[in-house]
Amino acid sequence: MVRLTVNGQQHDVDVPDDMPVLWALRDVLGMSGTKFGCGKAQCGACTVLLDGSPIRSCVTPIKNAEDQAITTIEAIADDATGRVVQQAWVELNVPQCGYCQSGQIVAATALLRDNEAPSDADIDEAMSGNLCRCGTYNRIRAAIKLAASRREATA
Amino acid sequence: MSDSTQNTDYQIANISRRRVLQGFALSGLVLAIGLPLPGAADEDTPKYGRDAMPNGWVDDPLVFVAIAEDGTVTIVAHRAEMGQGVRTSLPMVVADEMGADWSKVKVTQAPGDEKRYGNQDTDGSRSVRHFFMPMRNVGAAARMMLESAAAMRWGIQVSDVKTENHQLINRLTGEKLGFGDVAKAAAELQVPVREKLQLRDSSEFRYIGKQTTNLIDGMAIATGEAEYGIDIQLDDMLFAVVARPPAYGDRVKTYDDSEALKVPGVRKVVELKSSPPPAVFNPLGGVAVIADNTWAAMQGREKLKIDWEKGENANYNSKAYRDQLTEAVRHSGGKVVRNNGDLDKVMDAATDTLFAEYYIPHLAQASMEPPVATARIKDGHCDIWAPIQAPQAGRDNVAKWLEMDAENVTVHVTLLGGGFGRKSKPDFMIEAALLSKAMDGQPVKVTWTREDDLKHSYYHTVSMEHLQASFNADGKVSGWLHRTAAPSIASTFDDTAQIKMPIELGMGVVNVPFAIDNVRIENPEAKAHTRIGWFRSVSNIPHAFAIQSFVGEMAHHRGIDHKDFLLELLGPDRQINPRTLMDDWNYGESPERYPIDTGRLKRVVETVAEKAGWGRDLPKGQGLGLAAHHSFVTYTAAVVEVKVNEDGELTIPRIDIAIDCGPQVNPERVRSQLEGACIMGVSLATLGEISFKDGVAEQDNFDTYQLTRMDKSPQEIHVHLLPNTDYQQPLGGVGEPGLPPIAPAICNAIFAATGKRIRDLPIGNQLES
Repeated sequence: MVRLTVNGQQHDVDVPDDMPVLWALRDVLGMSGTKFGCGKAQCGACTVLLDGSPIRSCVTPIKNAEDQAITTIEAIADDATGRVVQQAWVELNVPQCGYCQSGQIVAATALLRDNEAPSDADIDEAMSGNLCRCGTYNRIRAAIKLAASRREATA
Repeated sequence: MSDSTQNTDYQIANISRRRVLQGFALSGLVLAIGLPLPGAADEDTPKYGRDAMPNGWVDDPLVFVAIAEDGTVTIVAHRAEMGQGVRTSLPMVVADEMGADWSKVKVTQAPGDEKRYGNQDTDGSRSVRHFFMPMRNVGAAARMMLESAAAMRWGIQVSDVKTENHQLINRLTGEKLGFGDVAKAAAELQVPVREKLQLRDSSEFRYIGKQTTNLIDGMAIATGEAEYGIDIQLDDMLFAVVARPPAYGDRVKTYDDSEALKVPGVRKVVELKSSPPPAVFNPLGGVAVIADNTWAAMQGREKLKIDWEKGENANYNSKAYRDQLTEAVRHSGGKVVRNNGDLDKVMDAATDTLFAEYYIPHLAQASMEPPVATARIKDGHCDIWAPIQAPQAGRDNVAKWLEMDAENVTVHVTLLGGGFGRKSKPDFMIEAALLSKAMDGQPVKVTWTREDDLKHSYYHTVSMEHLQASFNADGKVSGWLHRTAAPSIASTFDDTAQIKMPIELGMGVVNVPFAIDNVRIENPEAKAHTRIGWFRSVSNIPHAFAIQSFVGEMAHHRGIDHKDFLLELLGPDRQINPRTLMDDWNYGESPERYPIDTGRLKRVVETVAEKAGWGRDLPKGQGLGLAAHHSFVTYTAAVVEVKVNEDGELTIPRIDIAIDCGPQVNPERVRSQLEGACIMGVSLATLGEISFKDGVAEQDNFDTYQLTRMDKSPQEIHVHLLPNTDYQQPLGGVGEPGLPPIAPAICNAIFAATGKRIRDLPIGNQLES
């Protein structure tokens, strides 16, 4: 039994300790916003925050996440930065198929919480672990910059 | 629909499905009997476009529109959403014609039922091209019915009612009614006949042709609420993964599941029968592990011990196969698929000739959401949820494998986390159905891991293109020889097929529109050793890569500017009947309505050249490259800027792409499709390769099958839409035509920057010296 804290709620999950957080979220807790893309930390579709830092949930055993706060796309709007990021995504019509965008938004939120005005190089570094097969990178970059400018305006 | 029994069944099915909708749809059912009438041309005349598609098209507002009492308009999307924006673009057309306010529109996804909705096979860049007109009809008819109901309410002539922004307005008094106020009354009226429909003048459009419509699923995607195939959750659902045969044609000899069954959470291990090639849409077979969650199923699969019986393709090796293809294109003797003038004569007489060969390996579509499906069988009915481009094919094939009537299979189409042609094949749906059957109907979700996806795709073909040109004494091109060899998609349906189908030859090879008198195009045989399928843009990828690279080589050889040379090759502005180029297909469109227009192709070349600053001076190690291509009855041209440093490291700072797809319905999504095509083009040109060793794909995840990431993606992408707001003109495709010119434009730019000619994709580390 492992106790997970997801979006502020505690869940005791009765599955093997080595089950990745991704599958505990999706198949055990029924939270499907976090996506499966590769299973080996290659694509970023499964990105969630663990105590505020972005991690690949597909390779993070639940045991390693115990006693830490997991934040998923479902609760990213509870964070002021996350909300601004989501709004920028919607406004610029970033998604095509949209499947990778949960991970992209979580990663972008983590970036902007650490770095108020990221440069292109900062964005590349923070976001290059997140693949998008549809090719929405330019709009992702633009949305991150839009969100950064909004945060600056409200700070 | 002449059989009355069928009609009755149909009506009953309608009622149960539509009970959830309010107002318009519910009370409109009475009128739906016998409708919808599929639109179709006369039987005697050849059918093209939407008329030629299986089950044609439907434009009945009672099928596509429901209005709730609060005025909320629900519009049915019958084509699959895979990122191209169709759930926004087609309902937006209905809304605009209706006079609906987009913020009060909901979109609901149709199940797979082509008799009801018309063709649903979402591929070939056809959705907007084929359904713009029917969706305008739907919206116009719904508006006219609402206006009639309002006129009756007010006791005035219908011409005294107008519709604006979700309101019906009495022109005489200024009184207003909401859509919901008259929805029920409107639904009891006769649907106007097609000939009487009053379509809006394009000057009245608020959404069509504008850049302003927000994605219908944008917020749901940004909040993680959007439901993809992989997200389906049902009560008592089990989770499965399948160990599939390593090579195409292999099958299970024996297996030992004792260790797998010891994994906590594993419920059952089931063998799935393998079918011998041809693959068609059949599941590959193998051994499935069914468990309480996906992770347990994956762990269980690791513990399976399977002894595979090798099949006929266990010796497929990409290196050796490439040599075979090269051998095939080196010699004359393949099927002549186009022949104009006397090529041998001009080749023999020429004092100057040029030849080159171009290779592109297999590619995998690698949609971010892998194939996945969930099936449940209850009371003789199979419900199946899947991200499927071809829901009717899925329905028919699941029914066949379950030995059920298709009427007893319901295909619920979810959002697709990318498709790119892979999800046109319902093999993964059949797996889910068979596994649910093996569990006595309990819901089972089959998830493909990334390894499964990359090792068991219906791959993009592997190809070798041999091109040869001869020049006159005055330097003009006198002859063009193209030998094209690649396993055909036909092999997936008939494993003896070794030559290309007309649809493949019609993707830019026979219908090359150059003004050259002597042309011969040959298609030597090539046998498939894996499943070959559609990949976004399909055969246009290798054909455009070879032809547009070769044009660059010819221009350099002649010492002429590439753009000037390309325009010269295209010759005078003219409309060519594709039939005269031995292209009997023309993307299924009428050769009269959709001729190959060299003027339009030249305009996109000139536009992109101007916008990209073609001819501008660049420092050493930088260069511009050009390519143009006609595909999916649309014209595109790209200019790519590259930079190659002393270590041979390639960066692509900028791509400009111009498109003439006729009038643009949703230019915002046209732009996004082209932005995406540019990046997918960079990906396949620089990194994309699936290779085979002993019949098995050597790449199995994103570390070995790499895709372009943000740091290597062009920071500037400029999309140039050729203006066209004449909505009477034929529409072109959008989803696919952006991709073919990118790879050759990149390689032409590399040549301009470095003098090094890339003829084999991917570029990989070829620039490191």
